[in-house]
Order: sequence, then structure tokens, then C-alpha cells
Amino acid sequence: MPSLESETAYHFFMASYTFPARFEFLDEIRDFVAEVARSGGFSEKAIYSLQLAADEAASNIIEHAYEGVANASLFVTCDMEGDKIVISMRDTGKSFNPNAVKEPNLKADLSERQIGGLGVYLMRKLMDTVQYESSSAGNLLTMTKRRE
Amino acid sequence: MEISTQEFKHCDLISVKGRVDSATAPDFAKALEKANDNGRFKLALDMSELEYMSSAGFRALLAAQRNCKRYNRGEVVLVNVPDRIREALELAGFTELFKTFDDPVAAVGSF
Repeated sequence: MPSLESETAYHFFMASYTFPARFEFLDEIRDFVAEVARSGGFSEKAIYSLQLAADEAASNIIEHAYEGVANASLFVTCDMEGDKIVISMRDTGKSFNPNAVKEPNLKADLSERQIGGLGVYLMRKLMDTVQYESSSAGNLLTMTKRRE
Repeated sequence: MEISTQEFKHCDLISVKGRVDSATAPDFAKALEKANDNGRFKLALDMSELEYMSSAGFRALLAAQRNCKRYNRGEVVLVNVPDRIREALELAGFTELFKTFDDPVAAVGSF
């Protein structure tokens, strides 16, 4: 794991890590989310979904928000709030609003099928809520999912 | 991620192992393109040892299916898709774009 940014004693399951905003670190981001979700009592099946949603979110930030930017960082916080997991990702790249991404047409045939927007679509389907805030300080994506 | 290819008379059986995400999907896509470059368009993709696949992998699958099906020269079929990956493919509406098999022999025999 890269540098531990903060881990408070007040929130037992809360942890924040700063990851280099590069695809090679997606593995570690998924491991980090899995660790918090597992301590929060999520099933292995649900953990896979959380990892996939976090991966899609981080991939979008690296690909779009930080497009062409070297040495950028991605700040990831993962926290259990009761029976709910809260995954947030902060970046200082271009603003990118996943809620503005059109839903892909999943009924289109092979030649018409568009791949753009699929990551965002999966995030929305896999999580209960996906929120996005953008300010001069950067972008903040927050996703939550309740344990079944 | 690891990829290995076995050439049969009528098709290639390509095994993909490990994790396919935005970091590894370009190599996955390249392996499928390489088969096409060698004139192989009937591809059975064995996923039994695949642990993870994100939409970056789905994108490579879609590109490969388009290229293989062009001019009716072949197609990509999926073999032994692990449950969690199948669920994600279903969510993405991808399962109707690919025939699936539970057995590599049946998949190879289908061509």
C-alpha cells in the first residue's frame, strides 16, 4: 500500500490512501476497498461489485480528469457508516461529471454498440448512490452501498 | 494477467488468467488482435482462471467480436465464465453478444 494519509481511531473502519493516478495502481485501490468492505461484513459477491465500481470510478478519473497529466494523485477514502460503505475519490484534474454521461444503449446490436459510458453505467448499477461535486479545490466523487 | 493460445484446426482456444482492468486490457486486446492478424477469426476464450474483468476488458471483447464477425468469417465465444464476471457482463448487456459454453471441448467443437 502507498503512503497512509490518515487513519483515525474515531472511525474504526475508516482509512484514506493517496494513490498515484495510474492504471497500475487499480489493483491496490481494489484491494483497499475489499479490505474495508470485508471488515464491514459485506459478502464476497458484494465485495466484487464494490471493487468493480471503485475500479470504474478510478479508471475514469485517471483517463478523463487527469488526461495527459503526469504524477497526479488520487485520494481515496473508504469508510463504514453503520451498515453502509462510503467510498470517496478526490482528484485535482479536469471536472468530469459521471452523472452527465448518457446511458449506453444495452439493446443495440453488435455494430451499433457503444462502449463509452459503460463504466459510469456499471457504477450506477452496482452502487446505491453516486454523487459528484466539483469546486476550485478539485473533484469529489462519493459512492455508497448498503450491506444486504 | 496471463494469456496463452492453443491453435486447433478450426479455431483458437485462448485462455486468459488473472485480472483484466485498464492496466492490463491493452495487452488482452493485443492478444486478440494478434489472432486476427494471423488470420484466425474463430476464437474460444477460456475464462475459467479469470479472476476479474472491468469494462476495459469488455471493450476489448466487443472490439474482438466486431472484428471476428465481420464478413461472417468467425466469432468469439466465451468458455467457463466465472459467476461474478458473468453477472457484470449481464449488467452491461453483453451476454447476448456472445455464445457461452461450460466446456472448452464443446466450444472448440462448435466451430
